Amino acid sequence: MRVNFVLSEVATGLRRNLTMTVAMILTTAISLGLMGTGLLIAGMISDMKEIYYDKVQVSIFLSDDVSDEQRSAIEQQLSDSPEVASYLYESKDEAYARFQQQFSQQPELVQNTPADALPESFRVELVNPERYEVIAAEFPNGQNGVDQVRDEGDFLDRLFSLLNGARNATIAVAVVQALAALLLISNTIQLAAFNRRNETNIMRLVGASRWYTQLPFILEAAVAGLIGAALAVGGLVLTKVLFVDRTLAGPIKAGIIPPVDWSAIAFISPIIAAAGVGLAAIAAYVTLRLYVRL
Amino acid sequence: MIELQHVTKLYPASGRPALDDVSTEIDKGEFVFLIGSSGSGKSTFLRLLLKEDDPTRGTVTVNGKTLNTMSKWQVPKFRRTIGCVFQDFRLLRNRTVAQNVAFALEVINKPQRTIKRVVPEVLEMVGLEGKATRLPHELSGGEQQRVAIARAFVNRPLVLLADEPTGNLDPETSEGIMLLLERINRTGTTVIMATHDYHIVDSMRRRVIELNGGAVTRDQSRGVYGVGR
Repeated sequence: MRVNFVLSEVATGLRRNLTMTVAMILTTAISLGLMGTGLLIAGMISDMKEIYYDKVQVSIFLSDDVSDEQRSAIEQQLSDSPEVASYLYESKDEAYARFQQQFSQQPELVQNTPADALPESFRVELVNPERYEVIAAEFPNGQNGVDQVRDEGDFLDRLFSLLNGARNATIAVAVVQALAALLLISNTIQLAAFNRRNETNIMRLVGASRWYTQLPFILEAAVAGLIGAALAVGGLVLTKVLFVDRTLAGPIKAGIIPPVDWSAIAFISPIIAAAGVGLAAIAAYVTLRLYVRL
Repeated sequence: MIELQHVTKLYPASGRPALDDVSTEIDKGEFVFLIGSSGSGKSTFLRLLLKEDDPTRGTVTVNGKTLNTMSKWQVPKFRRTIGCVFQDFRLLRNRTVAQNVAFALEVINKPQRTIKRVVPEVLEMVGLEGKATRLPHELSGGEQQRVAIARAFVNRPLVLLADEPTGNLDPETSEGIMLLLERINRTGTTVIMATHDYHIVDSMRRRVIELNGGAVTRDQSRGVYGVGR
């Protein structure tokens, strides 16, 4: 195959439909960028799950008037329970210290919270996190110095369903954009084939193979897909530098949100590129098979 | 060499068959005029030989290959054994004469060495030496048709199909084109030419197949255009 011939055909094709090519590249870029964002959020969610779920599953908050006997009775019960994998006691002072650290970015909140406002608690890790009900039944609220038993998993579940929702919404928009991108690619290829119908007709008559005739068009779409993917990766890099690393710096430092690592972007970039090139090439091939007689 | 057996071609949009039970044989090296009024089935006849279309019924055999059963992937290779010339030349306007001819070789992966050697040869044969670097619009109609013939012949096809190649040319120019086609025919290439030009048919006295309403109404060696003309 004559590489020069094919490449010059590709370049001519992309230049000749400049407006369509630009539209095709931009929609592809937006779609792939959103897809990358969705993947990054998904990675973030699993990082956060590791941070949060591992730490604590059930919190037993003690009432302010808890006696030393009640406290040690609870501790005894926890250490005897077969449901409990481990537990940790947190005094009022420790709770306040942790609070101060967690909200170090919001000094007003810390200032306005009295040091003894936070209750002492037992942080309990269960053998099976699903068995929250059993622990809750063992320590009824408001009795024996227990103020409240809270399933942190339940709170986390709600938090993560929110994050999952954000991820799904991003991917859904990415899919709709991808559809638009595919239709644009199809349209551009049809236009390109029409513009070059003299050449392709002659190629057909003199017996050029289907591949030889189709390859310039497929490469044209693939190149556009690659440029779109490059723009998408560039967009992700800018988003990290300008938004994530600046605006979200506080919560990331406090360990509330995991950071977006360069390695995560490096990991998804080839996925984005492959998706861009692959989808564009397949769309072009299918278009040629369905609509264009070559 | 070329054989049609009870070939019928129906187009979905038309109730009348474009070809109606046509059977004929054309030997290697023959020169055949295909005549008949517009819509008589000449173009369909040529399209079937090129496997641009499949017959509705009957079998078409070209160069020992039965086209009915030929798979899509074999068609390009088959077409390399057939040359085509049309009334409207079908040249690439932004390519020079030599590039137009070379294009036909490039797209079937002929090595550059071969292309460099055979393009000047075939241009000389069709009488266009010295015009290799001209663009098609700088040439006369007759010269453009010579480029098209050069392109069709450069790959040394076994069969040359010509669909009214002189339809756009004046009689004198047409005569030059016919001499060229005759010369190609003498190299052993079968030539099948659809035409309305009775001067040419009458003066050449070659085999004539006349189509009328899709059926062969006359098949005469050393024939003339119209009986009693």
